[in-house]
Amino acid sequence: MPDAGPRVLVFSTNAISDPGIDLAGSLHMHYSPEVVVLSLPCTSAIRPDWIVFALEQGFDGVFIASDGDECAYLADCAKRSAQIVGRAQDLLAIRGIDDRRVKMAAICSVCAESFTRQIREFTAALETLGAA
Amino acid sequence: MSGRNEARTEPRIAVYVCQCGGNIGDYVDTNQVVHAVKDLPGVVVARHAMFTCSDSNQQEMIDDVAREHLDGFVVACCSPKLHTFTFRGVAERAGVNPYRVAQVNIREQCSWTHTDDPTGATSKAMKLVTAGVERARLMKPLHPIEVPTTPRVAVVGGGVAGMRAAIALADVGLEVHLIEKEPELGGHVGKLGAMYPHGTVGTELVHRMLEEIDRRPGIEVHTGAVVSAKSGTFGNYRIAIESVGLRTEVTVGQIVVATGFDSYEPATGEFGYGSPRVVTLPEFRRLLDEAEGPIVRDGRPVRSIAYIYCVGSRCGDRTYCSRYCCSAAVHASLLAAERDPSVRQYHLYRDLRTYGRNEVMFGESRKRGSYYLRFADDDPPLVSIDGERIRLTVHDLLTAGAELALEPDLVVLVTGMVPRANDELIGALKLPVGRDGFLNEIHPKLRPVETVVDGVLIAGACQAPKSSAESVTSGLAAAAQAAAVLRRGVASLDPQVAIVDSGACDGCGECIGSCPFGAIEMTGTGGTVVATIAAAGCKGCGACTPTCPRNAIDLQGYTDAQVRATIAGLLAGRAT
Repeated sequence: MPDAGPRVLVFSTNAISDPGIDLAGSLHMHYSPEVVVLSLPCTSAIRPDWIVFALEQGFDGVFIASDGDECAYLADCAKRSAQIVGRAQDLLAIRGIDDRRVKMAAICSVCAESFTRQIREFTAALETLGAA
Repeated sequence: MSGRNEARTEPRIAVYVCQCGGNIGDYVDTNQVVHAVKDLPGVVVARHAMFTCSDSNQQEMIDDVAREHLDGFVVACCSPKLHTFTFRGVAERAGVNPYRVAQVNIREQCSWTHTDDPTGATSKAMKLVTAGVERARLMKPLHPIEVPTTPRVAVVGGGVAGMRAAIALADVGLEVHLIEKEPELGGHVGKLGAMYPHGTVGTELVHRMLEEIDRRPGIEVHTGAVVSAKSGTFGNYRIAIESVGLRTEVTVGQIVVATGFDSYEPATGEFGYGSPRVVTLPEFRRLLDEAEGPIVRDGRPVRSIAYIYCVGSRCGDRTYCSRYCCSAAVHASLLAAERDPSVRQYHLYRDLRTYGRNEVMFGESRKRGSYYLRFADDDPPLVSIDGERIRLTVHDLLTAGAELALEPDLVVLVTGMVPRANDELIGALKLPVGRDGFLNEIHPKLRPVETVVDGVLIAGACQAPKSSAESVTSGLAAAAQAAAVLRRGVASLDPQVAIVDSGACDGCGECIGSCPFGAIEMTGTGGTVVATIAAAGCKGCGACTPTCPRNAIDLQGYTDAQVRATIAGLLAGRAT
């Protein structure tokens, strides 16, 4: 884990949660620069082994900024995304990696404050876990 | 579009790092970023620019393509929401496939969010750009899919901006549903008398616009109605319109939101508000518009008026200036002087913003005897009310801070605009709200009526304080934007759809149920069955990809290899 704090990979969505994260920047809300974002069309497209890959490569945590009920594609997106997280956590358990290193939350296109708060809380929780 | 050199193993990539004036350059050392990525595999050009989106830089990119035989490029700048199409356009003009451009967000998600940590921001930018290069190295040429759009627009809000947008849209042959929450169209202007600077009477203007609407059968007006839900996708949204318990669903290609503003309502006691002889500017306008002859308030003649400017504006949470209220107050004082040339008028202001032609009005009001007194930001006038007597004291900066006392018959609180409380609509349409509470456009200059929600446009004073003329202009801009999409009849859809590697697919069919759009089917001959995905039916969500036990499905633009390379790149990006 670098001195600047835990490295966090955020999976966001192009239409909903990524604009919410953009808005946090537009409002100059601060969080750790070790937090980086990878945007996809939908969090239901995340392969569980991408989460495992990220943690094995050196990230200390993976945050899934899901669309919740607002997904433009899938009415059951939150359920699907949660299942993907569950599958990823099963894979992590096999590898002896703490499943608290993966967190999912609904982030809407105007959830700047919510994102900032949640990513700070997640970063703080990862600090207590130490390096992955 | 060429797809030049597509067979080459290692693509030739250019990297451009934007300073965005100081928006990025003040917090991210773009020189260091360029230095960190210039020797990455595939990178043949790497440099920074003051504005990568500028015409001159775009031309340099095109020249680089020709000179360096580029296959693609990485642009590290603002959010892809803003300039994806700009840089795809550059690629197209240069003969590069537009889907071989990777835009990396180092502004909203880097420089702006780490203004407190330039070192951290620079280090993060290096990682983001490195990841962008890794992604770009694996990008394949793609071609857009075109789908029919619905030639119908929902205009939400029946003030002047919404009405003008509806008329313009009908005039280009589009059907319009004009939806107004109030029982009548017209908004604020529909209740106004003479407006500045042209003297047009608001009620008459709205009456003429209503006649224009009546003449256009393509406009269906819904009054006393709200939009309660939205579903569907860009070009074909389905919205629910609710009115007195009735719910109607219509499909529209675009949605224009023009829901207007509310006027600031002072608290009781704020500058004496609550007294019958202390009114807001909108209340004063009604007083002027609803009667003729000498001004009377509460049964008493008004012989002197004091205007207090910036009430509720540029203070507390409302740090913005409404821009229109200074001119509106000066104009109201001219109307008052017409009604009674002998009335004494005192303007107590912090800063006066009678810009453009409105400066003429300001000069005219002084000629007609208005006095202007300037108070300091932290020393507003004091209003005390003793029965029917109003006493007002102010330290006038124009006379060396001298304390002046006035006893006007009427105090007018010059109030500005505040965002309209509209939570239901904001929730239904997922409208982006800015820090000031007004609706947010993508960019005030480059995409001034578009929101982050594709196909949902904003116009008028729901976006920011605007005069009626400015509101009408933005209504026309939104109409032009909507028409530009819908008049084509088809929208170009992203070709970043799912594809099946038929060699890897074993025909298990696990993916079939994952697609709610029915785009996947099993096909095959001779006993070999594999999944195939109809490109036009695929919406590009990628939800089928994690369901395949053999990893045989990839989402183009977000392939397994690209995502893994991006993740690895996000952990690299060290300064060299």
